[in-house]
Amino acid sequence: MSGKPKLHYFNGRGRMEPIRWLLAAAGVEFEESFLEKKDDLTKLQKDGSLLFQQVPMVEIDGMKMVQTRAIANYIAMKYNLYGKDLKERALIDMYVEGIFDLNELFMYYEIQPADKKEQHFANMMDKATNRYFPAFEKVLKDHGQDFLVGNQLSRADVQLLDTILMAEEFKPDILAKFPLLQVNEWTNSNIPKIKKFLQPGSQKKPPTPGEDIPKVMAIFY
Amino acid sequence: MSGKPRLTYLNGRGRMEPIRWLLAAAGVEFEEVFLQTKEQYDKLIKDGVLLFQQVPLVEIDGMKMVQTRAILSYIAGKYNLYGKDLKERALIDMYVEGISDLMQMILMFPFSPPDAKEKNLDSIKERATNRYFPVFEKVLKQHGQDFLVGNKFSWADVQLIEAILAVEEKIPAVLSGFPQLQAFKTKMSNMPTIKKFLQPGSPRKPPPDDHYVETVLKVFKR
Repeated sequence: MSGKPKLHYFNGRGRMEPIRWLLAAAGVEFEESFLEKKDDLTKLQKDGSLLFQQVPMVEIDGMKMVQTRAIANYIAMKYNLYGKDLKERALIDMYVEGIFDLNELFMYYEIQPADKKEQHFANMMDKATNRYFPAFEKVLKDHGQDFLVGNQLSRADVQLLDTILMAEEFKPDILAKFPLLQVNEWTNSNIPKIKKFLQPGSQKKPPTPGEDIPKVMAIFY
Repeated sequence: MSGKPRLTYLNGRGRMEPIRWLLAAAGVEFEEVFLQTKEQYDKLIKDGVLLFQQVPLVEIDGMKMVQTRAILSYIAGKYNLYGKDLKERALIDMYVEGISDLMQMILMFPFSPPDAKEKNLDSIKERATNRYFPVFEKVLKQHGQDFLVGNKFSWADVQLIEAILAVEEKIPAVLSGFPQLQAFKTKMSNMPTIKKFLQPGSPRKPPPDDHYVETVLKVFKR
């Protein structure tokens, strides 16, 4: 056994991507086992490897961890990306939960039925530009520091960068009104471990093309 | 100012109820502000007190905290309900997240269209009895301890007793195949702080009714 964390999921972003980002930002190498068909999921379920019959599942430190937030919390704590005390953690948690909510909207866009797609797109762009990005722009403006919490890189910055990049895939100029977020994006993208993760050949996943969505859904339903 | 945490939400369970449970279980007294009109909610937004324009809002220790999980994590951390180390926290987090998925189904249930209610109730029953309750039955059986993690009362226990009672309100015999959970329910219900919370006159809110659903739709209408 290699000792590296092993990620079980399909070969795409979904609910595992925040975990890939965190491990990469922490400089932790990891292995991946990709589910390609329903049988792959069924086998894991029958093995008793999935506490609630679901993936993501990450084998790490002798545990078979499930539930995205539980896994992300563990990695963030272990690798000092979770602030220095309870109050910094509280801020990080608030920011990360908001980011998760926005991510859910992005994640569900591709699987919307054709007649709902336009409305969903409008709603997610509205939430990004009127609810979430203004909140983080203000946080950065109020303290004038490079990072969201405690003047050091935390999971909040890492998850924010992931979300900003996804938002820019939908609308390249989405940060036009947010100068501090633009700076934050640039600064964090150039942190060596994150820069490495952003290069071709890394384990960062591209968006799942529309035509592949049915195949992914067939694994789970 | 009293120094007690102050909760702002509607006068009903919704997303604030797990927070009420956890504060009560920790023996922490709190105050509540109830949103009854859209105007009250709009004012909160205009005043800039809601980070993402949403409630729950909990004013605690000089912070205006939003996002249910962030608030619960803070309370659990502060009142020693989050395990003794990273690995116990990992277990607590996994259990809490699983229970939260089940509670999400209960949360959304009153808002189902009438023709979907029966199907949704069946889904809750199926998930509770086939996915979630068996996990906790097994955990309790395997270590034989009273509490889910580390032989000590934690956030996970509070979340589980809340979920058991909420599911039982809809499906009274749901624990019939789960003797460990039945014993767990009895033990937790008799812990002094929880026993107090389960008595009439406590801040615990009743199950959602039509009036509650109407208020939600009215206050949050955009």
